[in-house]
Amino acid sequence: MHAEILVRMINQISDFYGAGSEPETAAKETLSHVQRMWAVRMCRQMIDIGAEDPGLKPISRRAVALLVAADAAKRAAG
Amino acid sequence: MYAIDHFDCGTPASESDKRVTVEIDGHPIEVPEGTSVMRAAALAGTSIPKLCATDSLKAYGSCRLCLVEIEGRRGYPASCTTLVAEGMKIRTDSDKLSQLRRGVVELYVSEHPLDCDGCPADGHCELQSMAKLHGVSDNVFSSDGRCSERITHESKARVSALMKDESNPYFSFDPSLCIACSRCVRACDETQGTLALTISGRGLASQVSASADESFINSECVSCGACVEACPTAALSEKSIAALARPAEKSVTTTCAYCGVGCSLKAEVIDGQVSRMVPNRAGHANQGHACVKGRFAYGYATHPDRIKSPMIRAKITDPWREVSWDEAINHTASEFRRIQSQYGRDAVGGITSSRCTNEEVYLVQKLIRAAFGNNNVDTCARVCHSPTGFGLKQTIGESAGTQTFMSVMKSDVVIVMGANPTDGHPVFASHLKRALRAGAKLIIIDPREIQLTRTPHIEASYHLQLRPGTNVAMITAIAHVIVTEGLVKESYVADRCEKEAFEKWRTWVADPRHSPEATEAITGVPATTVRGAARLYSSAVNGSIYYGLGVTEHSQGSTTVMGIANLAMATGNIGREGVGVNPLRGQNNVQGSCDMGSFPHEFPGYRHVSDDSTRHLFEDAWGVGLSNEPGLRIPNMFEAALDGSFKGMYIQGEDLAQSDPNTHHVVAALSALECLVVQDIFMCETAKFAHVLLPGSSFLEKDGTFTNAERRISRVRKVMEPLAGLADWEVTQRLAIALGYPMNYQHPSQIMDEIARLTPTFHGVTYDKLDQQGSIQWPCNADAPAGTPTMHIGSFVRGKGKFFVTEYVPTPERANARFPLLLTTGRVLTQYNVGAQTRRTQNNVWHSEDTVEIHPHDAEVRGIGHGDWIGVTSRAGETVLRADVTDRVQPGVIYTTFHFPESGANVITTDNSDWATNCPEYKVTAVQVVKVEKPLDWQIRFRQNRESRLPSRRDVAHESA
Repeated sequence: MHAEILVRMINQISDFYGAGSEPETAAKETLSHVQRMWAVRMCRQMIDIGAEDPGLKPISRRAVALLVAADAAKRAAG
Repeated sequence: MYAIDHFDCGTPASESDKRVTVEIDGHPIEVPEGTSVMRAAALAGTSIPKLCATDSLKAYGSCRLCLVEIEGRRGYPASCTTLVAEGMKIRTDSDKLSQLRRGVVELYVSEHPLDCDGCPADGHCELQSMAKLHGVSDNVFSSDGRCSERITHESKARVSALMKDESNPYFSFDPSLCIACSRCVRACDETQGTLALTISGRGLASQVSASADESFINSECVSCGACVEACPTAALSEKSIAALARPAEKSVTTTCAYCGVGCSLKAEVIDGQVSRMVPNRAGHANQGHACVKGRFAYGYATHPDRIKSPMIRAKITDPWREVSWDEAINHTASEFRRIQSQYGRDAVGGITSSRCTNEEVYLVQKLIRAAFGNNNVDTCARVCHSPTGFGLKQTIGESAGTQTFMSVMKSDVVIVMGANPTDGHPVFASHLKRALRAGAKLIIIDPREIQLTRTPHIEASYHLQLRPGTNVAMITAIAHVIVTEGLVKESYVADRCEKEAFEKWRTWVADPRHSPEATEAITGVPATTVRGAARLYSSAVNGSIYYGLGVTEHSQGSTTVMGIANLAMATGNIGREGVGVNPLRGQNNVQGSCDMGSFPHEFPGYRHVSDDSTRHLFEDAWGVGLSNEPGLRIPNMFEAALDGSFKGMYIQGEDLAQSDPNTHHVVAALSALECLVVQDIFMCETAKFAHVLLPGSSFLEKDGTFTNAERRISRVRKVMEPLAGLADWEVTQRLAIALGYPMNYQHPSQIMDEIARLTPTFHGVTYDKLDQQGSIQWPCNADAPAGTPTMHIGSFVRGKGKFFVTEYVPTPERANARFPLLLTTGRVLTQYNVGAQTRRTQNNVWHSEDTVEIHPHDAEVRGIGHGDWIGVTSRAGETVLRADVTDRVQPGVIYTTFHFPESGANVITTDNSDWATNCPEYKVTAVQVVKVEKPLDWQIRFRQNRESRLPSRRDVAHESA
């Protein structure tokens, strides 16, 4: 899947959760939505894209960072 | 003519709880207060003679056949218009009554010949039956035949008017057989609500007339057929039974396979073929009504285009090769196993069909999860109401509408948003029009003027004609008025909703930037209009909201659904009759396909695949380990196909190549697959990219259930054998077995038993109960053994209702200098979705091509006239359609439908989608239009191919003339 499509999708999600919420809360809600709704291969690709992609909005960036951290923790846990 | 097995009580049932006892011919009977004498007698087993009365229409009292004697009263009152009273003693038969009735029948017969041989109503004609009952066999007033007196005294024009009207493709009108009982006129008024018919002329010259003496085809008639069913003779009769010239042998009660209203129909059968469809008067959703599609457009089921043999080919450029079922199934299994072995378990997936039964959908998702071993399953709800499922689940806790359709009769104020019920959900529209004629107020939120905006006896109080793509701003502006003007139902919110979320929403929505004045520049709707509509809705004792794809098919579709739920909660309008949030589902079983676990992240009953207890339940039942990770959605499958990681797809009853947005993109993805298996009743557009084509079975060829937009589960019953030998569920089962996963169902009822066992909201559903009750609205379980007509009574399914902040985010699809107009899409009454069914019926007479509605101003500045070819270009593609210059659309907006593949409506729609669900943004595409000389070459080829097979309105008119 094209990286720009995934970036656009997560930005749309963070636009919703970012309205009226603290950025950290919104990032966590964005993360939760992605984990519950996206196929695992899309999550993995988002992790590969990483939090530094210039197309990511701030809340999306934070959500991707949380996604990367969650994945690392999962891997560490075996 | 009634259904062949209908027992008519003459007048509608009374809804009174109070009972009264009367005596009919010496026998006491207790009936509800308000019951007519005629109905009371019928319930007591005595059929009082009648012609102008039928139990679907209000009593009229014109035929004077139903006279009775009532002890203590003078004269002979009409039993249809006389209501029972406590202790009333009624005599339905006496020498005097017989004499009076015989006189009446003789007068009728003098105007209506009793030459019944060959008449389509022979054996079911009510006049014939009355004549026989009263010993009348001939016209006692004239010896020289039919209508002689009448014709002698009429002008040539009148004689001409008495000629048979064959203009409608489905029924004929023979005025010489009309007894002017007015049942057809009243059916059009009361049942359908179109008011297209009238009785013109006086005395002997009285006759039924469509519009102002037009032919039926040129009148306002919408061909619902209510008049045909109401006709006691053959003055109005179906051409299908006239052609067969004999009564049906049996009647099978089943459920319509068109829209999400889910009308209960009786299929009358002769020699194993449907002779006609009659709406079931006991049908809970339709109350004995139907539309032109459900009642008449079933001919596609036996159309010559039906695929009857499985076919395979190695490459999509190869010709098809007919093969046996075994070869097709084994080839499919072999290919899917090869792909999974070569590319991985997740390289295949499938699509369930909202046109198929619950049992079939359940089986396909089971096949994918259990036999394919992944969750790559999705359904066409992805492209229509997936935002409904998501939005309502978040706010009120259940992914479904809250009411029955008949609940609208108790609404004081109705909002219709992004829906066009008269075209998309016609039978619900008839219920709604009845409510509006009884005094309910209507608010329409739609970029386009729909028929309900102004129609006979109905006019919307407000039409918020917003710009496409601004739904969220509009809903928030309405909420702003409710919050800032103190119109919130505080006690309801305090009792039933999450306090913190509500306070956050209240504060946010009260911000002046959400006021109607501030958002007027966004929505284009005057602030005073928005304020008026908000006050009207919030002041209702019972306010209801009905919405359609104009809400969901946006980049903020889910947000709008949540905004609608916010409005309903803030005004206390959920949890009783007459209120609610009601998605008008597009396809017959789109609710069911979602309920049955068609989404890649949810098992049946909307339970997430990561939930261990749910997954273990299914693992135990299915005897196989299941993935705990969401699979791919349809657009994700396309992307994965294009990047080479998704190679095999099983599509049951869904034409993605025509229905999904950005056709070029879809075609590229389908072309990239190594094995595409399509199961369909026709060679659809998607099948052109398939390697295996499995014949599908129509709704007439199988048993099962559909679930309509009210959560109503209704039986589908087999009327004829599958043309290709197997019902769809049998094909899926064979495929599972070929893949090495055992399935051993002998009948769909066993599949429903499994669904009920594994799904809490279906625990109480059985075929036996469906047969007893007629239908069941889920949840149906120990808490609600008879089902749940109204949801969220007392508390929400999720406990407390949750308000969400719904910030308006403009769609990226914006008009600019290059693409200055916004295209939005919809449906017409006579065609259905991609038209696969209706295009193969006579419905083409009304709509034989898709056109583009364009405002006169936009047309004029481009030099476009009505009927001109115009090129429509978007960022995604280009197509050519004819212009329909009309002020139904506002300046800056154009509108088209997508019923014909050659229209290419989805060639121009983009792949923008809803943030939460990826539901495509069909409703907003920035375009430019220019006048052109002709359609594109590929469109011309398509059109020529189709027109060689089907008649147009001109052809029918010509034949009629």
